[in-house]
Order: sequence, then C-alpha cells, then structure tokens
Amino acid sequence: MELIKPEVVQRVLDLMKEQDLYIHLEMTNGAYAAHLDKSKIAAATFIRNGVIRYSHGSIAGKGPYRVGLKLEHGWVYSEGLTHYDETETERLILAGHDNDGKLLVSLQLSREPF
Amino acid sequence: MERHILVVLPHPDDESFGISGTLAKHIQSGTPVTYACLTLGQMGRNMGNPIFANRETLPYIRKRELEESCRIIGIQDLRLMGLHDKTIEFEDKDKMTKLIGDLITELNPSLIITFYPGYSVHPDHDATGAAVIRTVQKLPKDKRPTVHCIAFSQGCEQEIGAPDVFNDVREFVDKKMGSIQAHRSQWQLKTILGGKSPQSKEVQERFGKERFWTYRFD
Repeated sequence: MELIKPEVVQRVLDLMKEQDLYIHLEMTNGAYAAHLDKSKIAAATFIRNGVIRYSHGSIAGKGPYRVGLKLEHGWVYSEGLTHYDETETERLILAGHDNDGKLLVSLQLSREPF
Repeated sequence: MERHILVVLPHPDDESFGISGTLAKHIQSGTPVTYACLTLGQMGRNMGNPIFANRETLPYIRKRELEESCRIIGIQDLRLMGLHDKTIEFEDKDKMTKLIGDLITELNPSLIITFYPGYSVHPDHDATGAAVIRTVQKLPKDKRPTVHCIAFSQGCEQEIGAPDVFNDVREFVDKKMGSIQAHRSQWQLKTILGGKSPQSKEVQERFGKERFWTYRFD
C-alpha cells in the first residue's frame, strides 16, 4: 500500500464508471474498542460483494481523502482514505489507516467478486 | 497425559497469547494436538506496522503466519475450517454443531480448548465457545471430553469465579514469543515487550502462566 495519489485514483474511477461493479465497503473502530475503553462502543460495518453502478465518481480532499460515487438512486460515500494498492491493475483498493497502521475504513471496487 | 487435544478458536493468533505455552507443553510430553481455526481473520484491522497488507492480501498472509506459529508451537495438525471472520455468530447453528461434532467424532479428544462463551469479548470468540459447548452438551455425559475455556472480559471472575486450571509454562515462553512474532501483520513483539528482553524476569512472569476455566456442564 502507498499513500494515495489522487490523480491515479481519479483515473481508475473514470475507467470504472457506467458498469456493474462489486463493492467492498467497511468502517471499523476495532472489535476491542469497548473492551479497552468503556466509554466507547465497538462499531463496525461492512458490505462485501454488493453490486453497484455509478454514473460518475470522484476523489476529493487534500489527504486523508474522500470518495463519492453517484448511483442511479443514491450515493456511496467514504471519508478518511489514506492508502491505495499501487500493484492492482484491475481493481481499486483504497483504505484509511491510523498512525499505528490500523485500518479504519476501506473502499474497494472490482469487476469480479472479491 | 491427555489422549488428544482439540483446540477450536476463530482467528489466527488466538492461539498465541493464552494457550501456546500449554500446547507446547502437552506436545513435548507426546500429546497430539489438532487446531481447528475457524476463519483466516480476514477482517482484521492490523495490516502490519509499517503497513504491508490490505483487505484482500490479509487472509493469505495470515494463513502463512498461522502455519508458522503452529510450526513453532509444534502443532502437527492444523485444520482451516473456511468460515468468514466476524460471521461465526450468524452461521447456521446446526451447521456449526455438525462441524465441531464431526471433529470430535474423528479425533476423540480427551480435552477441548476454546473460548468461554459470553466472557471472551469478541463476538467470534463467544460464538465459537458457544458452538463447542452446545456440541459437547449433546454428548452422553460419560462421552464428554473435558473443556478448558479461555475468558478475559472485564469483571468475568465476578460471574464465573476464578480460573481453576493454572499451567506453569515458563519453560515454553520462547515458543510463545515465536508464536506471537509469527503473526507479524498483527503484533509487533517489541511493542508488546516494551523494550524488555524475552528472558527478563518480568516477561517470564507475565507470559509464563496460563489459566483456564473448566466448563461445568449441567
């Protein structure tokens, strides 16, 4: 994973528009959040291999970044993205990591199921 | 001496902190150990520090880490059960009972090690323990293996009492360190030891004892 280069991500988002895509979207503060700090709630959510199609998608911000994908009937939104997998040629793998490297959020798109 | 030990835990690295010393000790004395690891921990949020994994590469990396950990502990029989991280509690209960029941039938263990349902913090831990207890409970009383549970939720001792099994595993702390270190996407041994040497008295004390609750069936 490398720090996001927004122009690279934007190019991939443009290439993937107007087609059925599998999405992995998640956000988590860790299964031990409440165990380690009683004032917190362990909160996590993910959707894996949902199918979406967007008419346009863009990356915004100066880092950490935000991505919005406009769907026929709604939106996909993700904030806090810091890293992308620079080795992927067919898929978009984005994630947001904290200073310890822990994953906070991820947004991934692929033409094949994950 | 145990006839055969069956370990049922949901995530690679669940074996490291709480039970690797106990397993290494049993293995040294000749007891066969089977470790059924239910998932590949594919939803873990630790990706190495510095980061070297992502959501898609993580399961492959964690599988290799688990194999290395087992090699260090001496576990001869690792079974990857193919379930998905975070979903154990939502799996079909009959399917889970069959999965564990089949392992018990095949291996005829005298001891099973798993998590204490309700007192193990992570929903996958609790659901794994619950599935084991449910399965063993269905066996005739004289056919039930002993079940040793790991518990670590805050205040658990107020509800389930103190642990009743204490294993001195100081002799095997090096294997435990090796097991933790094998899971390098999840843990940095240096951070865990806080700059202390693995041979130091504090580390030996902290990691040299393992404790379990014997599950009391009705």
